[in-house]
Amino acid sequence: MVGKETQPDLNRTFFTGLWKENPVLRLLLGMCPTLAVTAAVRPALTMGLCVIFVLLCSNIVVSLMRNLLKPHLRILMFTLTIATFVTIADLFLKAFQPAMSEALGPYVPLIIVNCIIIGRAEACASKNTLVVSIVDALGMGLGFTLSLCVLAAVRELLDAGTIFDIRIMPQAFVPWTVMAMPAGAFITLGLLLALVNLFTRRVS
Amino acid sequence: MNEIIVLLMGFLSIVIVNNLVLTKFLGICPFLGVSGRLDMALGMGLAVTFVLTLSGTLTWMIDHWILMKIGLEVARYIAFILVIASAVQLVEMYVKKFFPTLHENFGIFLPLITTNCAILGLCLFINLWGVDNLLEAVVLSFGGGVGFTMAICLMAGIREVLNLADVPKCLQGAPITLITAGLLALAFMGFAGMIKQV
Repeated sequence: MVGKETQPDLNRTFFTGLWKENPVLRLLLGMCPTLAVTAAVRPALTMGLCVIFVLLCSNIVVSLMRNLLKPHLRILMFTLTIATFVTIADLFLKAFQPAMSEALGPYVPLIIVNCIIIGRAEACASKNTLVVSIVDALGMGLGFTLSLCVLAAVRELLDAGTIFDIRIMPQAFVPWTVMAMPAGAFITLGLLLALVNLFTRRVS
Repeated sequence: MNEIIVLLMGFLSIVIVNNLVLTKFLGICPFLGVSGRLDMALGMGLAVTFVLTLSGTLTWMIDHWILMKIGLEVARYIAFILVIASAVQLVEMYVKKFFPTLHENFGIFLPLITTNCAILGLCLFINLWGVDNLLEAVVLSFGGGVGFTMAICLMAGIREVLNLADVPKCLQGAPITLITAGLLALAFMGFAGMIKQV
């Protein structure tokens, strides 16, 4: 009975994170990793998975301790929780994916100050039950990962003519080196946001 | 003499060549959010410079004199974020008590700085570059703040003029700001290679 009643709500929570409140494309949260790791799809995907892991774990912990939180200490507790899980993710990457860990550099520990995670802890997990928080974390995390991958795919395609290191463009394609550089990141994201704006205006 | 040149080069490098915002993508949130007006941007930049210098120095000390001595490098991130949060809190209390007018002006920016990735980012970069000299760490953190202030003020100046321009509807707001930032980054690419990367 209860399951049936909460089902549509959970669905909506999940898809809100994917599109309507997509953290990158709609809320403009977590811009640093979005721009920094999207020169190729592989690091972008790794970053997305790390964020999903940290977001899921921190949402679970925050949701479980939401009744014990003192209002003035809550941000501190959120940050410490997140920092713990980020340390776990960072050590895991260092142990099993050393090359990727090297390439991502300080952007993995920078997940600590990613506004998406602390934002979800504050806006969702500290007020909702465990199940809702988990679904919310998955939706938001997937939305973040997807937008990162789209951006990275565009940049990698134009920079190297490949996606996932598989050649897509013909051999004669001249690489747009600027796409791998900071300038390319800013401009691609700007155009992507403009496209999203255009699309939503058409639909509504 | 030689040491002074090294410090000067480090400072120039972090301000211009390796600018935190335009080449390392750190502190993009305030860079997009608070760059609407020049005076606000300057306030934010000064607040960030202050906290960055303080926390860059403190985290270096804690990292080298405590964590590395007792082999607790695992707790580095937790220690760093605690130091930054406390530094921000201290600065806020101090400014509120002794400079009430200043607090009214940039009071709203101060709590935001805790989650500014430029702060934690630079502390991590100082650790990553293996800076083993306290003075160098201080200069680099101060330079990081100056670079951030420069970038955000440049952006605010451009955006004040941009307000008068006729921008297509779907590009208004964040998209045009990002594209402008891209062009700025393109300009700053000209400095790349001027100084050997730190």
